[in-house]
Amino acid sequence: MCLGIPGKIIEITSTENKLARVDVAGVKRQINIACIVDDDHPPESCVGDWVLVHVGFAMVRINEEEATRTLELLRKMGEMQDEIKAMQKSEEDNS
Amino acid sequence: MRDLIENVIVKSFDNPALTPLEDQARFDLKELTCRGDRLAFTTDSYVVDPLFFPGGDIGTLSVNGTINDLAMGGAVPLYLSCGFILEEGLPIETLRQVTESMKQEAEKSQVSIVTGDTKVVPRGAADKMFVNTAGIGVIPKEVDIASTRAKPGDLVILNGFIGDHGAAILIARGDLSLESSVESDCQSLSRLVQAMLKVCPDIHCLRDATRGGVATVLNEFAQSSGVCIKMDETKIPIRDEVRGVCEILGLDPLYLANEGILLAIVPRDCAEQVVETMRFLPEGQNSMIIGEVVEAPAKRVVMKTSFGGERIVDMMVGEQLPRIC
Amino acid sequence: MKYVDEFRDPEQARKWLGKISALAKLAQAGKDRPLHIMEVCGGHTHTIFRYGIKQMLPQEIELVHGPGCPVCVLPMGRVDDCVALAEHPEVILTTFGDAMRVPGSQKSLHQAKAEGADVRMVYSPTDALSIARKHPDKEVVFFALGFETTMPSTALTVLQAEEEGIGNFSLFCNHITIIPTIKAILDSPDLQLDGFLGPGHVSMIIGQHPYSFIAKQYKKPLVISGFEPLDILQSIWMILSQLKEHRHEIENQYGRIVQSEGNHNALSAIEKVFEVREFFEWRGLGSIEHSGVRVREGYARYDAERKFSIPNLKIADPKSCQCGEVLRGTLKPKDCKVFGTTCKPETPLGALMVSTEGACAAYYSYGQIDSNQIIS
Repeated sequence: MCLGIPGKIIEITSTENKLARVDVAGVKRQINIACIVDDDHPPESCVGDWVLVHVGFAMVRINEEEATRTLELLRKMGEMQDEIKAMQKSEEDNS
Repeated sequence: MRDLIENVIVKSFDNPALTPLEDQARFDLKELTCRGDRLAFTTDSYVVDPLFFPGGDIGTLSVNGTINDLAMGGAVPLYLSCGFILEEGLPIETLRQVTESMKQEAEKSQVSIVTGDTKVVPRGAADKMFVNTAGIGVIPKEVDIASTRAKPGDLVILNGFIGDHGAAILIARGDLSLESSVESDCQSLSRLVQAMLKVCPDIHCLRDATRGGVATVLNEFAQSSGVCIKMDETKIPIRDEVRGVCEILGLDPLYLANEGILLAIVPRDCAEQVVETMRFLPEGQNSMIIGEVVEAPAKRVVMKTSFGGERIVDMMVGEQLPRIC
Repeated sequence: MKYVDEFRDPEQARKWLGKISALAKLAQAGKDRPLHIMEVCGGHTHTIFRYGIKQMLPQEIELVHGPGCPVCVLPMGRVDDCVALAEHPEVILTTFGDAMRVPGSQKSLHQAKAEGADVRMVYSPTDALSIARKHPDKEVVFFALGFETTMPSTALTVLQAEEEGIGNFSLFCNHITIIPTIKAILDSPDLQLDGFLGPGHVSMIIGQHPYSFIAKQYKKPLVISGFEPLDILQSIWMILSQLKEHRHEIENQYGRIVQSEGNHNALSAIEKVFEVREFFEWRGLGSIEHSGVRVREGYARYDAERKFSIPNLKIADPKSCQCGEVLRGTLKPKDCKVFGTTCKPETPLGALMVSTEGACAAYYSYGQIDSNQIIS
């Protein structure tokens, strides 16, 4: 019930039925985009959007900013860990 | 029936051993014993659905599958038989296409289809077409390949991208409505194996990773030899699209079927040379050393994941099914 | 693959494990047992085993596998009902792959198919609807299961059927809800959990707020987590931070997918088509109040339970089955009396051995590696 995979919407196949074609690493499939369209985001505007695909439906639009933020945090914290280790090592060397 | 046999099948396979249309093909024993000291003999039946798929058809599978089974014993494949069970109403054109494919694949591997049988059964008694092929080949004296021969210190070699055939068939079946350009990797591995044996006559284990995939073969080796095979996930080549199919459906590519992939376990000191030789051939251009044989835990396959952790790779239970979780 | 590979970086993993080790020592200090963190969702169980994360974590942390596998918790009686539906000559039974091999009291759908029932595997409920369009003379029943993640797709498919006037399509509805599930775990008398990895994709639908009671009432931290291995490491780190600082909050690590208010369109569709059942039976956990949904009266023509008569029998789990204890986190799979003997993936006795996300199946297949010894 959790298997969702990021994919990119490459075309709208039916505005009326809210159907689009998504590309996941080169594999393509028709998906239903009813969960991600509204007055601010009509079907045509979804081309190029990255979405989470689950059982043939686009469930949400992936928040690119948030994704970048998470990756940055992961990286920064990782670097901090390196720095801490380096500091510890230099303390040991000097003592 | 005789028309069917003569017009379509014999015409396609056309060779001196077959043309007399005797009830049996005959070979000079002396000719065979010149090539080696053991006869390899194998058979397989092919019931793939759909009959035609990107990268091949039931014909290419039935010829290469049996050739590969012979090649995995170190044998030079020589002759095939082929039996057809055809469902009434199957278009002649379909049969012609399949036999044409079989002829082409047999020619590529210098193998002759020398005898066979055809039966037509009522509608519904068979699913379009079933094919059986049996094959014989000769194993040279110095070759001793067995799944019991893996030893700690040996290295494990894989010849290319995994999962292509399994993914191609899944997509070709149509019920998952996926579009992709993935093609089956169906090919003869006979030439590749001969090249490998030339630089390393002492290959310990060799098997093609068909149903059950790479994971199943490695488990078979580990269990038969009583050793542990440690593999590195980062060394295993997989196409983006096959990865995509696996991610969408929640499948593990290690268990997907292949029709042109082999795994070899060789002594450590000749592994590099074997891989270099393999890379000269198209069937082996993406060859990699993917793991090594160690003592423990015995009869297990352990994989270092792309993330750095370790996990067991077990035998497949039943058929791998797409999941939603 | 974008949004996937970056979250599987082994270099990052190494660094984060260092951080987690250091923090775990502080968070666990003074306790006489390791910290118990439960992942509720089957998808997280899968990631943890697939990437070997358990062995990478320090000994101060123990991961406990929760009941978040909707396939695993299907009671045998419901499987029997589904098999009965499939065996109707005019029915084409469509199902997700995971559900094919769940054993009922007599057989699984897979076995029913081998015996001649028209059972077809589909990737999406929309594919089931396509089959209904193609076969107007047959009744296509879709075996709907899953938590809130999958409910919107089922609901939207029903709404699509309604719009097109397709009459030969119905659902056998076994959707379940996550909150009563977590509450049942929390109310367990033998509970010893310190925090939760929250289900990322369920939260994508329901948002963050439904979990508030866990922090307020039960004073446990919950971090909504993504499904890539780095997501899980980061989420574990966030739980440890809370524990060290004696906080208990609902946090969201999966910000690229989960918004705090959830998904409005999805929730509307669910609300339109489904209503809560008073009780729903769970394999291994018994009956949980308000944990299942059924099709509303207004959509009765899409409800297979109303269209067909089904056995509707309550079948007890086998006596030797200890799934309930494992699901609640009070027993480890390897400590179950029948684990690996009578109960194996090929011959599953209980829910948790059935699907690859089930904790027992995962333990059995992926194994536990402790230096050169296998504990499985």
